[in-house]
Amino acid sequence: MSTEYVGVNSISGPFLMLGGIPHAGYDEIVEVRSQDGTSRTGRVVLVSEKATLVQVFAGTEGLSPAGTSVRFTGRELEIALSPAMLGRTFSGLGEPLDDCGPVLGGVRRPVGGAAINPMGREYPRDFISTGVSSIDVLLTLIRGQKLPIFSGNGLPHNALAVQIATQSKLAGAENFAVVFAGIGIKHDDAAYFRDRLTAGGHGGNLVLFLNLADDPPVERIATPRLALTTAEYLAFDLGMHVLVIMTDMTSYCEALRELSVAKGEVPSRKGYPSYLYSDLASLYERAGVLRNGRGSVTQIPILTMPNDDITHPIPDLTGFITEGQIVLSRDLEARRIYPPVEILPSLSRLMKDGIGKGYTRDDHPNLAGQLFASYSRVHEVRALASVVGADELGKADQASLAFGDAFERGFLSQGAAENREIGQSLDMGWELLSKLPVQELSHLSMEDLERFIKKGSGADDAGAQARP
Amino acid sequence: MRAAGRIVSVNGPVLRASGMREFSMREMVHAGKLSLLGEIIRLDGDEAVIQVFEETAGLRTGEPVVGAGAPLSMSLGPGLLGSIFDGIGRPLRKLLEKEGSFVSRGVNIPQLDPDASWDVTPLGKVGDVVTGGTPIATVRETSLVEHRILTPPGVEGEILSILPAGFHRGSETVARLRDGRGRERVVPMISSWPVRTARPVAERLLPDEPLLTGQRVIDGLFPLSKGGVSAIPGGFGTGKTVTQHQLAKWSDAHIVVYIGCGERGNEMTQVLEEFPVLEDPRSGKPLMERTVLIANTSNMPVAAREASIYTGITIAEYYRDMGYDVALMADSTSRWAEALREISGRLGEIPAEEGFPAYLPTRIAEFYERAGKVTTLGGTRGSISIIGAVSPPGGDFTEPVTRHTKRFIRCFWALDQQLARSRHFPAISWTDSYSEYGDEVKTWYEANVDAAWTSLRDRARALLAEDDSIQQIIRLVGEDVLPDDQKLTALTASLLKNGYLQQGAFGPDSYCPPRKGIAILDIMIGFHERAKGMIARGCPLSPLRKMDELVELAHLRELPWDKPEAFDDLKRRLVKRMMEIDRERLATRATGSVRL
Repeated sequence: MSTEYVGVNSISGPFLMLGGIPHAGYDEIVEVRSQDGTSRTGRVVLVSEKATLVQVFAGTEGLSPAGTSVRFTGRELEIALSPAMLGRTFSGLGEPLDDCGPVLGGVRRPVGGAAINPMGREYPRDFISTGVSSIDVLLTLIRGQKLPIFSGNGLPHNALAVQIATQSKLAGAENFAVVFAGIGIKHDDAAYFRDRLTAGGHGGNLVLFLNLADDPPVERIATPRLALTTAEYLAFDLGMHVLVIMTDMTSYCEALRELSVAKGEVPSRKGYPSYLYSDLASLYERAGVLRNGRGSVTQIPILTMPNDDITHPIPDLTGFITEGQIVLSRDLEARRIYPPVEILPSLSRLMKDGIGKGYTRDDHPNLAGQLFASYSRVHEVRALASVVGADELGKADQASLAFGDAFERGFLSQGAAENREIGQSLDMGWELLSKLPVQELSHLSMEDLERFIKKGSGADDAGAQARP
Repeated sequence: MRAAGRIVSVNGPVLRASGMREFSMREMVHAGKLSLLGEIIRLDGDEAVIQVFEETAGLRTGEPVVGAGAPLSMSLGPGLLGSIFDGIGRPLRKLLEKEGSFVSRGVNIPQLDPDASWDVTPLGKVGDVVTGGTPIATVRETSLVEHRILTPPGVEGEILSILPAGFHRGSETVARLRDGRGRERVVPMISSWPVRTARPVAERLLPDEPLLTGQRVIDGLFPLSKGGVSAIPGGFGTGKTVTQHQLAKWSDAHIVVYIGCGERGNEMTQVLEEFPVLEDPRSGKPLMERTVLIANTSNMPVAAREASIYTGITIAEYYRDMGYDVALMADSTSRWAEALREISGRLGEIPAEEGFPAYLPTRIAEFYERAGKVTTLGGTRGSISIIGAVSPPGGDFTEPVTRHTKRFIRCFWALDQQLARSRHFPAISWTDSYSEYGDEVKTWYEANVDAAWTSLRDRARALLAEDDSIQQIIRLVGEDVLPDDQKLTALTASLLKNGYLQQGAFGPDSYCPPRKGIAILDIMIGFHERAKGMIARGCPLSPLRKMDELVELAHLRELPWDKPEAFDDLKRRLVKRMMEIDRERLATRATGSVRL
């Protein structure tokens, strides 16, 4: 099947247009050779009897219509997988970037990845302790979850991702690995991740795929798929617990739009292709736990929201696919609160089944619900205070303001290397709540009130409720 | 198998093939060497456009396209309940056994197991005359549901032979008939029906009986009928899926069809793990015994997503025809509409709004109109209620799918981002939601739950509406400057929001019997009316606000309904306490005129 065709009809953007090639396969990988003999990889994106459209990953610079030859390989894009990949660094197309040569032996797998049969999945329930109070208590990360960080340019999403990766209880364990996919990221960011992730001596459990900002955008389509195929191999073949960090998903979507426009497709919202949802899903859905497997794939994709707009198609469609989101706030960051997690729009969908009795602590679910509700009230009260002045507020509202400040300074805020036990974080939560009047605590059960909220405390200060 | 055509082009899930003159519109085909399942969506002379239900990578021009001779169909018969199918009806349990954890392509396995053995009880005897839609035998499908084998619509005649009682395999013929023209017709145990065609009914009826859901905000404020249609729109994280799961668990339908359309794989797995162990609150049997799941997760092929809705509703119609009340959840119809858009875009059709094809509203209407309460061909009553989730981009309800859906539904449960962010769940907005079924189900509620249902419901809604304008004032100037009667409205509204409207989806409060909901509402509205009277007579609000009984009232939902006397007891104590406060006030006024 590896016939070579010399000469192409036209070259436009990243695309080569060839005549009808008998037996050219859709999504087939081709080898494109320029007149000087250098070769690059391409992918068939349209086949018909009259024309074949090939998208060249490394771009079409230096190719000429007459001098270019195309060899059809008969295969989809594949990657060679072996345990020897651990500790290695690869390009966005899977070529080694370090000096250790190609990965030998192992198995070859297409990077497209088939959908996991819902029958073959196991519902994720295992709590991952990240040591970050806001995440552990309010946005609990579960092994096998896909929980993106919605951030903005200039916010410390990289530091938070590194903190989660290094502090999670799984780190350091024999069967733990981090797969990192840098998609169109800056050289500095790549260096930061490499340094920090290898710092604790976990370098041997790290696989890096780097497509940098000045690498060809077309390659970005392949980078996360290579990383996820590797992660699936490590998890489901070797039984490791794999954390996949993919950043920046915004660059990925931009590349997808660039290609779609170049192909002349009918655009949907903001010029993104109509299949953006399906395409993102084909990445994000590749997380989870298998019923008959030992390992797991947990995903933390990072995306920078264009103009900090959460309704922009990229964060919007991501939020519809992933199992929650961690939203970072510019306002908290400006007040030097790290990690600046804006908890109200944030969510962990899998948390409800991975916390409470037998998982974290039985008081966890109600505490989390009450913290959310009370903090949400803080925002209302602050809005009111900015109109009428804080001094004019009633006692209950004053208590709410004090709670809000203590919550942000004491609970949300912690050091970039501070690793808090879940029990410690939960106790901090209870202490904060005990400052509020009882009738503000409607998310707690009567039993919680008796167990954790000391009668009379707070209530007297607030004045609104004088319990006998 | 028919003469084959040849593939001439491949563009994502859309193929073009030539040599297709013999084929018909909407016919199923097997495309390429991998034998991928597809469907003809356009015929143009010799050429056909085919949407493929499986991933098309690796398809080549020149490969054959073979017709299946029938449109996309679903097998109907015992074995549907408790099963999970993909968008085009392939059984995922069997697929797992055969192919492993990942869904592979070009696999051909029967939708229902022809070799499974079922306990059949014939209902007719040789010589009886049966018509289309009448039951001819029953099968104990699960301990919860008796499956009725129906004479297929359009088939009638005299029974020539019928299976004796006992165990028979799915592939067997249940009865042979001779129709009026002397032709022999068969009634198979497993029949087949084209999914895009609605199954016929005798008559459509007004849906006047509520579908009880065990969710207070729904049963109390925005009820849905058996045979009604409802939409749940909401941005991500507002709780569409959790609400859908709640309805699938607790609604009093006989059969539940749950379609996960372009959603998360883990959510389907959750249903698969949870439903077999959850008990139906009425029968005590596992919920899985009445449930059929259709799963097209977001990374499964987009054309199968478009089909999944039809596969699901066809199964729902089949059980409706047996005389059952079926509830169908479609999560999410937006993904289905987007699948239409994607295919339409690949066909190069001229888009209408936001890239959606101009026929989007027609398709939405066709789908929702397959719901309804009916008299079946067999003469019994059956119903399909549809609850469709809508995922508007950016939570904006003015987008085309939400807007057109609103034209064809009668019950709208709008999920509110603000409520969700403050963890008020279910985040069903009491201002944006509506139900047109309220008046139709009124008689039933008043007869079966509480005679005061309508007045309590009206009072609660009026109070919440009044509170909304009061909250606007509070946001501007604070609560302290308000007169006591407005403060009281805000207080009762907050009781309603915290103690009635909010309901945890996990834990003991997950299912609330309608009587318990009404009991809570009754005490809250009763408190408000009495307090209002006291304030009008000059009593201040503060001693009322400080009552311990109010804290208890806010937590009343935590009490199980098996002790209704606890509810009466609180009501009694609350009234007593309020009367005491009233007396104390009169006493102070009599003696303490100094205060003025």
